[in-house]
Amino acid sequence: MNKVLMSGNNIIGEAAIRAGCRFYAGYPITPQNELTEYMAEHLRTVEGGVFLQSESEIAAIHMITGASATGARVMTSSSSPGISLKQEGISSMAACELPGIIVNIMRGGPGLGNIRPAQGDYFQATRGGGHGDYRTIVFGPATCQELADLTMDAFDLADKYRTPVMILADGMMGQMMEPVIFKKPKPRQYNEKFMLRGAGHGKSKIIRGLILDPIDMEEHNWKLARKYQVIIDHETLHEEYKTEDAKLVIVAYGTSARIAKGAIKRLRDKGMKVGLFRPITLWPFPELKLRKLAEKINNFLVFEMSTGQMLEDVRLALQGYADIGFHGRPGGVVPTPAELANVVARHYEKKD
Amino acid sequence: MMLKTIFSGFGGQGVLMMGYSFAHSAMNKGYHVTYLPSYGAEVRGGTANCTIAVADEEITSPVASEPDYVVVMNSPSLITFQNKITCGGTMFLNSSIVEIRPSRKDIKICAVPCGDMAREMGNIRVANIIMMGAFIKKTGIVPSDVYLKSIGTIMGGKKKSVAELNQKAFTAGYDFVKD
Amino acid sequence: MAKKVFSRPKCLKEAIFHYCPGCGHSIAHRLVAEVIDELGIRGTAIGIPPAGCAVLAYNYLDVDMIEAQHGRGPAMASGIKRMLPDGIVFSYQGDGDLAAIGIAESFHSANRGENITIIFINNAVYGMTGGQMAPTTILEQKTTTTPGGRNKTSEGYPVKVCELLSSLDGTTYIERCAVNSPAGVNKTKKAIKKAFQCQIDGLGFSLVEILSPCPTNWKMTPIDSCKWIDTTMSKVFPLGVFKDNTTAVKKSREAAS
Repeated sequence: MNKVLMSGNNIIGEAAIRAGCRFYAGYPITPQNELTEYMAEHLRTVEGGVFLQSESEIAAIHMITGASATGARVMTSSSSPGISLKQEGISSMAACELPGIIVNIMRGGPGLGNIRPAQGDYFQATRGGGHGDYRTIVFGPATCQELADLTMDAFDLADKYRTPVMILADGMMGQMMEPVIFKKPKPRQYNEKFMLRGAGHGKSKIIRGLILDPIDMEEHNWKLARKYQVIIDHETLHEEYKTEDAKLVIVAYGTSARIAKGAIKRLRDKGMKVGLFRPITLWPFPELKLRKLAEKINNFLVFEMSTGQMLEDVRLALQGYADIGFHGRPGGVVPTPAELANVVARHYEKKD
Repeated sequence: MMLKTIFSGFGGQGVLMMGYSFAHSAMNKGYHVTYLPSYGAEVRGGTANCTIAVADEEITSPVASEPDYVVVMNSPSLITFQNKITCGGTMFLNSSIVEIRPSRKDIKICAVPCGDMAREMGNIRVANIIMMGAFIKKTGIVPSDVYLKSIGTIMGGKKKSVAELNQKAFTAGYDFVKD
Repeated sequence: MAKKVFSRPKCLKEAIFHYCPGCGHSIAHRLVAEVIDELGIRGTAIGIPPAGCAVLAYNYLDVDMIEAQHGRGPAMASGIKRMLPDGIVFSYQGDGDLAAIGIAESFHSANRGENITIIFINNAVYGMTGGQMAPTTILEQKTTTTPGGRNKTSEGYPVKVCELLSSLDGTTYIERCAVNSPAGVNKTKKAIKKAFQCQIDGLGFSLVEILSPCPTNWKMTPIDSCKWIDTTMSKVFPLGVFKDNTTAVKKSREAAS
């Protein structure tokens, strides 16, 4: 397979179709329109592929829920304000244990905000986002190659755990192009007993999240919680970059992690031993791996394009064992590696 | 090696195409590349730009705060980007319509009358390819045959006459720049 | 030997309805079940109950069912039907579900001409939450949120769903019935059957609105509720076929093929 140069939005679409996504519903919103357009253009050329431009983000999430119930691989995408609208459906998918992929190409917020890259939806994504006691698996890709790989993996995980999975990227990741190689998708494993396709001559099925008896509802909640624990135990992903000899470790994900790597190169040129811890799954957060790092390093700096959201997960993971600084640029500002390097240098010297 | 370039101009001048074809050829040359377009409301109303990073190592930020090269196809782009370009960098400008010149003395200027040259060839739309000819020669990042192959791949199904015109336009720009 | 003229439909489960005495839902459920039996579509039917009193419809109808969030039935039905074109997909919705919180989903699924069927129960009030104003509450009608009666200057007018949706080019069959009399019940069953047949034949969007008594929230006896539909409600929501393009669509299909 040759390298191709594609934008992040198009890569997600192509990876999804290769992974067997056959139903997409969405409503245009910048900066992810290219993904919606890609699905419109390409799903119609695939056998059994259906693209639906929905009347709203709310309708889109419920359309994919219906399509998912029939057993299809499904996806919807949007950007921050649209993802807020989808929360009702994401909660419902989690409750009904239906797989599906939700892509959030984040922009500046709150409210309408702007269309520049930002990371202000971390809380919403990693805490469930909608009502009720649930989580969604959240990937935070940092390169176009990762967008391709993780989009494919997202479909497998959604099936495996019968749960919605979110790809959390930002306007920069959606718009930028990088060379990418699409891997071969794995064969799908999803049991027909979970599909709603008409009762035939058999027993009729019900898919529902309404459980009026509190004891039964409690059991359903614990069942979901046990599933989430299995996900926590088996599915965390992270990258460590130059942490072996580091005296300070930056914790950043997605676009922020790219900027952090740029800063680290500059700092290392000046002799400062700085490394990067990059969570790839944002939920489950790789907290044990981060805590392990604190056994030898006690100076951390969290960097986000927000006022500090993942910061809380880092604090929870490090449990007071290390010092944690923070640098944030919310609102759609993408800082330069030089700026971050200066901030890190200040924290670095503070410890020596 | 890490080189960043901004291509900018009016929508319709093929500015994004310039950036994309350059990035594509740099990829085929084996470099790490990123391409970042301007998008959304900022491209409504006529201006467009894109940033291309080419490196022999992993590229961290696709943004160029101090680009090594800036290609300006119209005057507003010159005003926007003249102070961003790094000291010692090169500005390529479409001298057919850009009458002003940067006030900085620490950067090199490569003025190409690509609009006039394109009109002489009978198709104003190849002005961007003429400029690319000059850009490819002057920067030397990507050999001309690799670039032309990329153009061929990108244009794909286009007619033979279009391919020939592109080749001619590229050569004109390439030869315009003296060694 | 007595001739058996009435029995429980096969795809109505052996469960006791939780609905109030005199409520129209039980009748509507039975009619849907009878029609599914008669058309032989139990094996391909997929139903979507609403949020509202009929949320538990899956306890009664013995077909595959999936719950929808409030008002989202038609969006979900669209997703199901697009991936399962041979399935017979219907949503069963109340007036708040269809005409208030879910008006966008019902309007646009109708406008897209989704080949689905909607059974729309209009009882002019919010039943399950305890008798608040519905979009179909008629002027002057008292509810717990319009204690002085629905006032057009502050609450606007009752939404006429059949009139609204029949104006859309995407819809094929739309009829309003009432289940307040034996004749009305028979007519309603015919309409439901026609709506499902419309879908089976692939002719497009069908909707049957059913004026349905809610004695509990109307604070009337069941008999008075039935009378109120005749004397008052059906004056605002006239009964009848609002759109029937089934023949025309069939003909144009045949002409095209």
